[in-house]
Amino acid sequence: MLRLPKFRYLQPDSIGAAIRMMADNGPDAMFVAGGTDLYPNMKRRQQTPKVVIGLAQINDLRTTKGQLKDGVVLGANLTLSEVTDDSRIRHAYPAVARAAELISTPLLRNMGSIGGNLLLDTRCNYYDQNYEWRKAIHFCMKKDGDICWVAPSSPRCWAVQSSDCAPVMVAIGAKVKLVSSSGERMIPAAELYNDDGIRHLNKRPDELLTEIHLPAVNGWRATYWKLRRRGSFDFPVLGVAVSLKLSKDKTVEDSKIILGGVGSYPIEAATAEKIIAGKKLTEEIIREAAQAAYQPAKPLDNTDFAMTWRKEMARYYVAGTLRELAKL
Amino acid sequence: MAGNNGGKRSLRVVGKPFVKVDAKAKCIGELKFADDLFLPRMLHTKLLRSTVPHARIVHIDVSKAKAYPGVHAVLTGADLPPITYGALPVSEDEYPLAVGKVRMVGDPVAAVAAVDEDVATEALDLVAVEYEPLSVVTSIQDAYATAEPRIHEYGEFGNIHRRQAYEFGSIEAGFAEADYVREDITFYEGSTHLALEQHASLAQFSHDGKLTLWTSTQDMHYLHRHLAKVLQMPASHIRVIATPNGGGFGGKCDPFNHEIVVCKLAMVTGRPVKICLTREEVFYCHRGRHPVLMSTKTGYKKDGSITAMHHRTILDGGAYGGHGVASTFYTGILQPTTYKLPNYRFEAVRVFTNKAPCGPKRGHGTPQPRWAQEIQMDKIADQLGLDPAEMRKQHAIAPNSITANWIRIGTLSLRQCIDKVVAGSGWKDKFRKLAYGKGIGIACSAYMTGTQTPIYYNKLPHSGVQLKLDRSGGVCVFCGSAEIGQGSDSILAYIVAEVLGIDPFDIRVVTGDTDLTPVDLGSYSSRVTLMTGNAAIEAAERARHMLREAVAAKLEVPPERLSFADRRVFDSENPEKGVSFVDAVCLAEEKYGTLGTTGSYKPPAAPGKYKGATIGPSPAFSCTAAIAEVEVNPETGIIVVPRIWIAHDIGQAINPVLAVGQIEGCVYMGLGEALMEEMAYRGNRNLVHKFPSFLEYKSPTTLEMCDVITYLVEEPDANGPFGAKEVGQGPQLPVPPAIANAVYDAVGIRIDEVPITPDKVLKAIRAKAKGQEGRYGPSAFPTCPMPAAMVVPTPWQGGDGKALEGEPALTKK
Amino acid sequence: MKKVGKNGKRKLEKAHLRLRVNGEEVEVAFAPHKTLLEVLREDLRLTGTKHGCELGECGCCAVLVDGRPVLSCLALGVAMEGHEVTTVEGMAVGTELHPLQQTFAELGAAQCGYCTPGILLTAKALLEHIPRPSRDEIKEALAGNLCRCTGYIKILEAVELAAARMAGEKAEPAKETIYGWE
Repeated sequence: MLRLPKFRYLQPDSIGAAIRMMADNGPDAMFVAGGTDLYPNMKRRQQTPKVVIGLAQINDLRTTKGQLKDGVVLGANLTLSEVTDDSRIRHAYPAVARAAELISTPLLRNMGSIGGNLLLDTRCNYYDQNYEWRKAIHFCMKKDGDICWVAPSSPRCWAVQSSDCAPVMVAIGAKVKLVSSSGERMIPAAELYNDDGIRHLNKRPDELLTEIHLPAVNGWRATYWKLRRRGSFDFPVLGVAVSLKLSKDKTVEDSKIILGGVGSYPIEAATAEKIIAGKKLTEEIIREAAQAAYQPAKPLDNTDFAMTWRKEMARYYVAGTLRELAKL
Repeated sequence: MAGNNGGKRSLRVVGKPFVKVDAKAKCIGELKFADDLFLPRMLHTKLLRSTVPHARIVHIDVSKAKAYPGVHAVLTGADLPPITYGALPVSEDEYPLAVGKVRMVGDPVAAVAAVDEDVATEALDLVAVEYEPLSVVTSIQDAYATAEPRIHEYGEFGNIHRRQAYEFGSIEAGFAEADYVREDITFYEGSTHLALEQHASLAQFSHDGKLTLWTSTQDMHYLHRHLAKVLQMPASHIRVIATPNGGGFGGKCDPFNHEIVVCKLAMVTGRPVKICLTREEVFYCHRGRHPVLMSTKTGYKKDGSITAMHHRTILDGGAYGGHGVASTFYTGILQPTTYKLPNYRFEAVRVFTNKAPCGPKRGHGTPQPRWAQEIQMDKIADQLGLDPAEMRKQHAIAPNSITANWIRIGTLSLRQCIDKVVAGSGWKDKFRKLAYGKGIGIACSAYMTGTQTPIYYNKLPHSGVQLKLDRSGGVCVFCGSAEIGQGSDSILAYIVAEVLGIDPFDIRVVTGDTDLTPVDLGSYSSRVTLMTGNAAIEAAERARHMLREAVAAKLEVPPERLSFADRRVFDSENPEKGVSFVDAVCLAEEKYGTLGTTGSYKPPAAPGKYKGATIGPSPAFSCTAAIAEVEVNPETGIIVVPRIWIAHDIGQAINPVLAVGQIEGCVYMGLGEALMEEMAYRGNRNLVHKFPSFLEYKSPTTLEMCDVITYLVEEPDANGPFGAKEVGQGPQLPVPPAIANAVYDAVGIRIDEVPITPDKVLKAIRAKAKGQEGRYGPSAFPTCPMPAAMVVPTPWQGGDGKALEGEPALTKK
Repeated sequence: MKKVGKNGKRKLEKAHLRLRVNGEEVEVAFAPHKTLLEVLREDLRLTGTKHGCELGECGCCAVLVDGRPVLSCLALGVAMEGHEVTTVEGMAVGTELHPLQQTFAELGAAQCGYCTPGILLTAKALLEHIPRPSRDEIKEALAGNLCRCTGYIKILEAVELAAARMAGEKAEPAKETIYGWE
């Protein structure tokens, strides 16, 4: 049986207690919400905290607050099932509900949290392996080694941003609240992520993600399409989140087109956004935008599927999301 | 010979959907698999595995690990007798723990037994191994090109493990007779069993020198022999108990290093020792589907009849022999069992590479050649403008015939199977008539019901059954078969109940225990129902005879008038007159003393007499026809398979609901291999397995599984118990080619290798759009020097089953 | 690395907990880094809960926590205090099998039986949530439980049959389910 390494387990019952415990234990400690990302990583010895601070008993992390007209605040430790099952979320933020619903399996969604998904470790099939396997390739720079096996001449790590919710949160302009013993800050979801497989989060390890603020819908509409081999279990090898604001005559007033799963962070397809700005979403414009969105997708050979095919699919998926939102 | 009762009969148990004898234990969590066993003072084992693909072991230092608190023993190869073992006598090339060198990432090098798995894992880190790397053989091409270093010191030469060449009839004459000849090069990727249960074993060594091993094995008997050999103990002092297998599919047939290691550790420590492999380690055990590159050159006439076939295969065997020599035969030897094939030449090569060893997976060596032939048949029909279903039907092999390679076929209702799926699927309204993107395809196959030859040469029974009856009325069946989920325990109860006129739940079944049960060779080659079933019939008929004689004397009726039904033994002419089954047993016990009978089974001799003729023949052949419907998205290449119709000639279903379940399982596994399953390695990164995990080795979930419309075709075969033939493997074979053929119908492209992934589909669609060949697949077939073929005249050439004189030496010992 | 005390003995640091498992209070002491899966199997000897990967990638180890199916390989034993855990051993009431256990046996939905406990519990939770699920709803609910034997079909049929019976119908399996099509 693959087992967890030894650690001390703490169960604070408030956010205050949790950040105090973190401050007391320093870099040896990690927070755990659902455990569906951290525990497999610990079993594979990718992460080996000496102290694990479990968040399950903190009720403040499991509430949904706010009115739809002002936006909704999700507690970071709501399970993905709870987010998916919340009829208000389904109604007002279908892209969020959809992304959460497409994560892994029903069993895992009953455990994994929305906050945990946003903070999901980047993935790579040179990294998401048991200790012995990684030893056989002399490890990689993300853990215990000094090379990136996907791109050996590269100075950086190319592990892949694999959260389904991240591109959606970026696309809809959500904000996240980070709390630590030195204070709290609220940052746009887009600023949470870095283009680096190792330092993929603009979040200090001692900061606790407590809330996700979904902005008021205010005429925006959004969707999320996920590419993967199977209808469950699999992480996205491409995720396309699109959020649009259309005028009455269906002209695009504003948009966000975000690609997940094809880089180390949610990639904004800015050129494609420019192409559709001020235009009506005709088939021709959609094709042009999809072509432009396909350019920044840089999949490498470290996930499922052939990488060239994954890149190709960005075009198809971007077109599909735009068509869906334009109701073509 | 025990066997079927012939013709239509009134059966009360056979053919009825009785619940399996172990079903409820499985549904309430009561059934104990190997890892569910706990013994007092039990230690836990972890194996240190090689992190290099090919290397000499310069030095191993286990001193720190031995001194670690909680560790009770550390073993390396030096602590075991220097004796090799392996599934087949011709390739016993494995050590329980590496001796001298390692041949793949994952080869076990040292073993630790400790108080718990945590301590054992920690101690592994303290074992220091120094390796001297050797160059690595990554692929078929690599093996052909690399004479030195050799992965093994035996075999043909270089890294060629095995070569075989046969010619039955004359392909030259056959090709001359043909209107057309075509050659197709195809590839079938390797895949693994992925049984949900990870291999687990528990060994106990008692102070009277007896060893007991509980283990999740399909082939307890062979394991028993290997343990005796490697541990240098009399087999009579070793007891192997095959625990229920949490899935087998061929993956638990080989004797495994960890099984031997826990035995040795139990002997060294004097304590029970358990091991349960991690999922990653299960990938290293492997023994799954060989990747096979094939060239199939076929001559045919305008009506689609085949005049000759030259079929060549190259198997990437991985690091060890295992069942590989048999697998090599199977990549060609059953090719003549589906359609009439008058002249056939078969050449096969198996190479060693530094990857996990391949072996028997459901269909053992035959899904690959079926793939090659069935997609080629579709191309032939397309070229000739024939309906591929009709063409197959027209040229299906005749029942009760002998093939070019001297395999005797009994009943074979392939035409009825084709009729069933053609009618059920609405084939005639759909084939070449569906909208672009939707398609339908057909494929067929035949498969053996147990191999005629045991793995090591002997003239002993293949299966034995003992029956114990006593005055309680209780009947207990003992058989050495291994229950792997297919229902082999239940089959024994059904058959004995049928013969003795009692309820299956009146019977206790004891299986898979070398101390308690007579030898059965194991759960492989689709042999279990036929062989244990026939042995059970013989044992039960002998018991029935004793009961009948005793009751006849008591009732004063002629014995032949007595019937057995409804837990009674009665005068068939005067059913009122009779005794209860319990009383009948008492009467027999009174008359004969303590009651016990035995039955055994050995397959009939096959007509082939040439060297190698023992592989392929079987007491009975099943056959299958499958039609797949697919939807291909031409913009993404993504394939969805909504439905498969499948008809299987099972002879007689002993239990229809279990038979249908086996067919559905076969469709599932075929679907997985067709669309996604792949044993992939990083050739340029120390040849590690690309993704030894459930997450990244893709297997279909509920959401990918198609609907299955199953038809059981029942034409009893004289050699099967009540006419039964196999159902556990054959139905998988036509599934991948039916899907590939449906993809062609949908979008007009040929994908000549599995898995048929969307990137390949899209490439072929794009190529076709550009006016190039709409195909994805291998285009070259590397050659290696082959020995002269053994030439065997066919039955219609007046042959006698022997090879022509001057037979070349093909098999090196 | 293992902590070793001055006298060379390993330190014992067990959590001592009271858990509710299958409706019963049990007292159990175990190392705090043990998963619920390990505690159930090794400390409570409830070996009906199986394991296939210990990474949340197969669904074999599914149990119910407060009625919701979760992966016991990714839950800590110590985090279960105050929660109700149900394993396959807790499905039958006395000698009365749960309708799902009955229909799984009837239809041969348990071939090797190894994925069965996880699937039974996941299906039980589904039927408590949606008493008469459609085929698609069953597929969705069981999409996190791999099975390599059955192709899932008998499993889906057994869930449907159990649902019908739990709704009070005298349902029998379709003829095709048992005998194949004519």
